[in-house]
Amino acid sequence: MNFLTTEGLPRNDLEEILDLADEFTKVLSRPIPRVPALQGKLVANLFFESSTRTRLSFERAARALSADVMSFSASGSSLSKGESLKDTALTIEAMGVDLMVVRHRATGAPWRIAGWTGCQVINAGDGAHQHPTQAMLDALTLRRRFGDLDGLRVAIVGDIRHSRVARSNVFALTALGARVVLVAPRTLQPVDREGWPVETTDDLDGVLDQVDAVYLLRIQIERGGASVFPSLPEYVSRYGMTRDRFARLPSDAVVLHPGPMNRGVEIDDMVAGHPRALILDQVTNGVAVRMAVLFRLLGGK
Amino acid sequence: MSGILLAGGGVLTPRGEARADVLIEGGRVAAVGSLRAGPDGATAGRQVIDVSGLVVGPGFVDLHAHLREPGQEWKEDIASGSQAAAAGGFTAVVAMPNTDPPTDSGHLARYISDRGRQVGLVDVIPAGCITMGMEGLRLSHLDDLFAAGVRVFTDDGVTVADSGLLRRAMEYLQSRGGVIAQHAEDPGLGRGGYMHEGWVSSLLGMGGIPALAETVIVARDLAVAELTGAAYHVQHISCAGTLDLIDAARSRGVSVTAEVTPHHLWFSDRQVLSMDPVAKMYPPLRTPADIDALRDGLRDGVIDAVATDHAPHAAHEKDVPFEEAPNGVTGLETAFAAVRTALDPDPGLLFERMSVAPATIASLERHGNWIEPGIPANLVVVDWHEQWAPERFLSKSANSLFAGVPLAGRVRFTFSDGRLTHDSRLDIPAPSPDSGRLR
Repeated sequence: MNFLTTEGLPRNDLEEILDLADEFTKVLSRPIPRVPALQGKLVANLFFESSTRTRLSFERAARALSADVMSFSASGSSLSKGESLKDTALTIEAMGVDLMVVRHRATGAPWRIAGWTGCQVINAGDGAHQHPTQAMLDALTLRRRFGDLDGLRVAIVGDIRHSRVARSNVFALTALGARVVLVAPRTLQPVDREGWPVETTDDLDGVLDQVDAVYLLRIQIERGGASVFPSLPEYVSRYGMTRDRFARLPSDAVVLHPGPMNRGVEIDDMVAGHPRALILDQVTNGVAVRMAVLFRLLGGK
Repeated sequence: MSGILLAGGGVLTPRGEARADVLIEGGRVAAVGSLRAGPDGATAGRQVIDVSGLVVGPGFVDLHAHLREPGQEWKEDIASGSQAAAAGGFTAVVAMPNTDPPTDSGHLARYISDRGRQVGLVDVIPAGCITMGMEGLRLSHLDDLFAAGVRVFTDDGVTVADSGLLRRAMEYLQSRGGVIAQHAEDPGLGRGGYMHEGWVSSLLGMGGIPALAETVIVARDLAVAELTGAAYHVQHISCAGTLDLIDAARSRGVSVTAEVTPHHLWFSDRQVLSMDPVAKMYPPLRTPADIDALRDGLRDGVIDAVATDHAPHAAHEKDVPFEEAPNGVTGLETAFAAVRTALDPDPGLLFERMSVAPATIASLERHGNWIEPGIPANLVVVDWHEQWAPERFLSKSANSLFAGVPLAGRVRFTFSDGRLTHDSRLDIPAPSPDSGRLR
C-alpha cells in the first residue's frame, strides 16, 4: 500500500487517518513521546528536492514510532554523478528499506519509484501535483479548531496553478465536507478545473467576509512574478493577507500557511504572529499526521 | 525463368481493387492479370506465393521517421530502422534530419541514403534541415541538399520560429521544388509544457502545451506560403483547429499538405494520467474531440497522409519521471494496423493515405504507384483482417503505445524493388544484404 494522492480518497479513509493522528497527538504529549509500533522497520527519506520541515517532520514521526530512519537529500548524492532515479531507488531498496518517503520536482516520481521497487511509498511532494500529508495535517488543524469540516468555508489563495499543496487540499478538504474557493489572478488559477469540486474567483476582497479559513500559499519569489503577475507589490495589493484584510475576516476565522512564509508578501508580519494564525499548529499536527500515515502503511505487518 | 508470382490477391490497380495475379520480375511489376492458367501460365520455374484472401498494394511511404543514425545509434540505426520499416510494409522512409550532426548539407544526406542502400531493405530518403544545425539562425545548404536528393526540408523537433527566415527558405525553394515541412509549435506558448494543456495537465500540475501553440504557427506559415507560393507541409497535426486552417487555406489555393500520426488517431491526454513517459511526445496527445476530428480529416482528405513520427528511445531513457523523459514513440511496425483499425477504411483509401499521397508529397516517383505493369516492384501484401496485438519489435527500441493493443490488419510480405524484404511467416526478420545471409 502507498500514500500518494488525496484525489479519490474516500471520506472514511481520511477520517481514519485524522482519528489516528488524534491518538498520536496524545502520544506526542507524553513525557516520553515514543511508542514501539514500528520497531525494526526502516524508513528512507528520499528528498530529491530541498526541504526542511517536511523531511524533519517525517523523521520525527518515524522515530516517535521507533522506526529506523535514513535520510537522503539530492545535493551530495550519486545523482550528481549521473545515477538515474531508478538506480538510486533500487540501491536504497537493496539496503532493506520498508518504506520510502519521496519528494521530487517531477510529477509522478513517487509513482515511478513505487512501480520500480517493492517498497511502500509516501508522496512527500511531486512537482506541482500532490503533497497528501500536507493536506492531511491541514485538515487535522482545521478539525481540531472547528470540530468538523462539514460546511466549513475555506479560501485557498495564491499560486494555485503551481501548487501541490492546493491540489492536495482541494480533494482532501472537499471530501471531508468543506466548501473550497480558489482565489488567484487568472494566470495562477488552474487552466481547466474540470473535476475539481471547487469555485474560483480572482477577487479576494469579495470573499473575505464569507470564509472560516484562509489558506495562503507561498508565492515563489524566486519566480519573481515573471510572466505570471506583474510585480510583487501588485500581488500584495490584491492578494496579500494584510492587516486590513485580516480585520475584515469574520471574528473566528483562521489563517493557515504551509510554510515557508514570505512575510510581507502573501502574509503580513503581524498576521503571521496572531493567535488566529495556525501556522505552528500545522507544523505540530504534521508530526501526528505523518505518524498516522506511517502506522497505517507499516503497522500490523 | 525467374521472378515471383503473387497469386490470387486483391490487387490495388489504377482502376481500383481487382482480383489478379502479379508477376514480379527484374525489380518491376512485369504483368498483372490471370497469369496462371493455360500452357503459357506464368507459374513454371517461378516462386509462387499464394496471396489469395490478401490485399496487394503499393508499399507504404513514411514521410516522417527518426532513424537516429548518425549520432544516436543506441536508440536505432539505419539497419534496425530499415528492418522495422520493412516489417511495417514500408518501402520508403523519409529520415528526419535531427541527427548528430544534423543533416544540413549534401554529404550528410548522401551518407544516409548510401547507408540505406547498403542495408537494402527500404529506400531511406534523407530530409534536410531548413537552417544550419537546426539553430533557426541561417539557411542550411539548400541547393547542396537538393542536389543530394533531398525534397523534404524541415527542422523537425524545432519550429522555424523566425518568420523572415521561413519566408526566405520558402522563396528560395519555391522555384526549385521540394516542400517545407514544419513542426508547428510556438515556442512562447509551448514553453514549460510537457503535455496537452487541459484538465489532465491541470490535475497533474504539469506544464501544458495548448493546441493554440500549433494553430498560431500553422496560421502564420500558411500566410507565408500563400505569399511565396511555396509548397508547405504540416507535420504531425495534433488538433482540430489546424484542420480548419488547412481547409480554408487550400480553398484559397495555398499549396498545403498535412500528415497525422497513428498515435494521434488513437490516444488522448487521458493516457498521461498514468504518468508513464511512453505517452510523452511532441506534439502532445490531445483530446478525444481532437481524435475524432483527426480521423474525420484523414478520411475526407483534409489530411493527406499518415506519417509515423517513429521516434525510438532506449528503455532506460524512458524509465524516468514523465517530465524528464525524451519525447516520442515508435510507430513503423504498427502504423498500418493502427490506421486500418482506427478508420476501418476501404483498402483504396488506406493506400492513398499511406502510400500514394506521401510518395507524391516527398516527390518519390518510384513509390506510391497503383499496381500495373512497368512500375518498380515496391509492394506490400497485407492481411486485412488478421487480429493481433503487437508484442515484439524489430526496432532497437520498444517505446510503443500500441504494445498489447488489439489491432486488425497485418503486414504479410513487403517487396522492395522486387526483393522480399519482410515475410511474416518467418519469426526473424528477412535477412538484409549486409548481414551476409541473403543470396
